Amino acid sequence: MSHSQTATRKRGKLVNLRNFPGFNPTAWFVLFFLYSPLLYVVIYSFNSSRIGAVWESFSVKWYGKVFENTDIQRALKNSLQVGFVATLLSTILAVMAALGLLRMQRAGKAVAMALIGAPLIIAEIVLAVGTLGLFIAVGVPLGKVGLIVAHTAFCIPFALLPIRARLSQLDMAPFEAASDLGANEREILRRITLPLLAPAIFAGALLAFAISIDDFITSFFVAGPGATTLPVYIFGMIRSTVTPEVNAISTLLLLFSGSVLIGSYLIQRKRR
Amino acid sequence: MTAVTSPPKKQAQRGRPGQSSPKLAYLPILFLAFAIGIPLLIIIVYSFLEKPSQGTGVKWVFTLENYKALFIQEKLDGTTVLDTRYIKVLWTSFYYSIITTVVTLVLAIPVAMWIATRDARKRNLLVALVTLPFWISILIRTYGMRQIIADEGPIGKFLGIFDISFSILYTPTATILGLIYVFLPFMILPIYASAERFDFRLAEAAYDLGAKRMTVVRRVILPSIRPGVISGIALVFIPALGSFLQSDMLGGGKTNMVANVIANNFGQARNWPFGSALAVLLIVLTLLFVLIMQGAAQKRGDKVELV
Repeated sequence: MSHSQTATRKRGKLVNLRNFPGFNPTAWFVLFFLYSPLLYVVIYSFNSSRIGAVWESFSVKWYGKVFENTDIQRALKNSLQVGFVATLLSTILAVMAALGLLRMQRAGKAVAMALIGAPLIIAEIVLAVGTLGLFIAVGVPLGKVGLIVAHTAFCIPFALLPIRARLSQLDMAPFEAASDLGANEREILRRITLPLLAPAIFAGALLAFAISIDDFITSFFVAGPGATTLPVYIFGMIRSTVTPEVNAISTLLLLFSGSVLIGSYLIQRKRR
Repeated sequence: MTAVTSPPKKQAQRGRPGQSSPKLAYLPILFLAFAIGIPLLIIIVYSFLEKPSQGTGVKWVFTLENYKALFIQEKLDGTTVLDTRYIKVLWTSFYYSIITTVVTLVLAIPVAMWIATRDARKRNLLVALVTLPFWISILIRTYGMRQIIADEGPIGKFLGIFDISFSILYTPTATILGLIYVFLPFMILPIYASAERFDFRLAEAAYDLGAKRMTVVRRVILPSIRPGVISGIALVFIPALGSFLQSDMLGGGKTNMVANVIANNFGQARNWPFGSALAVLLIVLTLLFVLIMQGAAQKRGDKVELV
């Protein structure tokens, strides 16, 4: 609780880090800055007017339009399918990588880390056009399969982050005990390592899912005309005609992200 | 390998109990080599190839023209002139990213320090509020910013009352504002992570020993949040340099950044080799930046992991 005791009296002048001049207004300004565009979109999604910026009256008709729009439903289905499969694959691969890397030799580890780190450092546009080149060169059809391959690849580093963090904190005692009691590697993996890693694997999967569902640039290049994902569809909508429908979908997506986050928070708190 | 080693060494070879065989990592590495390694290789190879006379793709003829075309334009009569278009695009991307980094840094330090000095309960809520945008599509966040700064948006309407015309959408300012908006949480969170660990009694001790307020900030507080600042700079500058959506949606195509030009060459302009050369240049600039940051971090003795 040292935070609350930061006030100190110095040569008769009160110096207080908690109330450092300018911090308070800056923080509130930043929070306002971060949320006002989102709030604006949410409020105007309930505007009956066709012209986005003119408030007419409260209406949920744009939500009706969204639910009637079969293109949106198809795009959402594509996004969810790709998101689920890519999350599953990238999480499994991330667990394997995290465990295997622990005992890897230096050179192999360096190569592995470079490949894993690449999507975090190299601009997504570069990997997107490179993946497009790869798929066309080896004949992977542009569509869901290609999307799943590409999404799995860039989701791996995100899925790996919490797993690696957790692995480095693990207490070795249960492993040594199990080993001393004669458990083999497979048993230790199944009965100790994976259960201990479970919360981190869950967090990694959640991160991977969020990254996959939100992805725009890679999907834009490798989806092809048949497998348009939701962000690619929304981008097209924003580009062609600005209808208040975009506000309604955006609000639904905000609701979805928010509830996933709150849900995961509650699950993790329950575990603890 | 285990066959040759003597029994006492066997335990060490097997690693600590519970550690799986490194073979487990082979499949993920193989997959990443295919899905990340080969695309990067393709971009490098394509940047040295010619563009086919028709259609998309490449013609398998080696050339350095794509790199030359980044800086030099050949005129019809065979003379060459310096072509500053792409240098300008690179400079624009660099310049926007620098401004974005500086502004987010200036905003993030007070915010991170402010959050770190709240009570535990309030602190968790504030961290959640700053983290939430991470989970919201960048596309939607950029769209939200566009609605706010549109001529007929809330700011425009408010200023209209005073007869002040407000028109920043589709200007460089809009692009930069969008970048700041989207990447600000990436700066706040790592700095907060450092600030949270900071023992604020150190600042008190410095005051008690007679340091002035600014001296405490400069000599005690800033050095202790430096690892977070370095991570934050990397987390903001790198994606900003390669950003696509903000200049597309807010700059209105008038303020092209390097990612937009790459995308255009793989799209409408149908010049994959030239797009690849630009992409290689972007990779080189990014890696150069990473090296500089790592160098800066090592020199200071901070442990900063960029990956």
